Amino acid sequence: MSTDAITETGLAEAARLVWREDASERTLRRDGRLWTAWTVWIVVVFCVPGVLLLAIEPLTFPAAVICFAHAWAIPWLQARRGARQVVPIGSERSAARREDADERAEGVALGLLGDLVGHAERDLLTDTGLVLQRGQLGAWLVGEQGAFLVRRGTRRVDCWCVRVSELGELPAGDRVAHLLLALREDELGFAKVANLGFSGAAWRVRGHLEERTRPALDAARAEARS
Amino acid sequence: MGRLIRLDRTGHTTLAEWTEEAGGAEAAIEAFRRELDRGMIASVSHPDGTAEVVRELPLDADLVVMRRPIAGG
Repeated sequence: MSTDAITETGLAEAARLVWREDASERTLRRDGRLWTAWTVWIVVVFCVPGVLLLAIEPLTFPAAVICFAHAWAIPWLQARRGARQVVPIGSERSAARREDADERAEGVALGLLGDLVGHAERDLLTDTGLVLQRGQLGAWLVGEQGAFLVRRGTRRVDCWCVRVSELGELPAGDRVAHLLLALREDELGFAKVANLGFSGAAWRVRGHLEERTRPALDAARAEARS
Repeated sequence: MGRLIRLDRTGHTTLAEWTEEAGGAEAAIEAFRRELDRGMIASVSHPDGTAEVVRELPLDADLVVMRRPIAGG
């Protein structure tokens, strides 16, 4: 559709963040590698003392176990944080499950969101609470307070924390619609505005998702592979 | 028919509707500008799955959505 209206290129929210580096495939790859390096570093930092303790004195086994537990727990917590920040519609932390949620408004918002997406995406949204959006970078899954990105040709999931600036009492569907529209307007601008909360292997994120949400990640991975 | 809506606590509110035959464009433009002044962002979706930010009401669009800005969490 062509419009006679004056249009803006890029996300206005991203243009305001002059101190932030513009997002690009290169910066996303670099940030992914940094996350991998950080995870390896954590594992090494805690495993090496554990192994040394066992080598020096096997009776220090309890202390070594604490070291190994840290090496496992810190990356686990980071992946969990990344997985939880996206908030699918209808999940435990969803606005739709607030005590004061307006059921009618939630229904209206979901209806509009359904209109914004295609048939297959609508079914996925109903089943999983996340909206699948194909982009140039890969396949996005948009939730109420963030989005997952499975970059094209990778097994990595980037977990982005981003939301409507004034949430107020917006219904869950509208929160997702805001993010979806912004993502469609400018994918790289969206990545610039959002905070990267975690980047790592898809299986690390998948394990922290609710059972019903996992098919969305599987669909995004399949999409990113194609 | 064109429709201007705002995403808000009710789900969404229809601010204006217009057609070539029945008119309504002027009221829609006025409502559109009022929303921009309030800091809202106007978005028009395209069939290819992209969307576009507009600063003037596209009268040939079927649906114009006014949304709030987003921010990193």
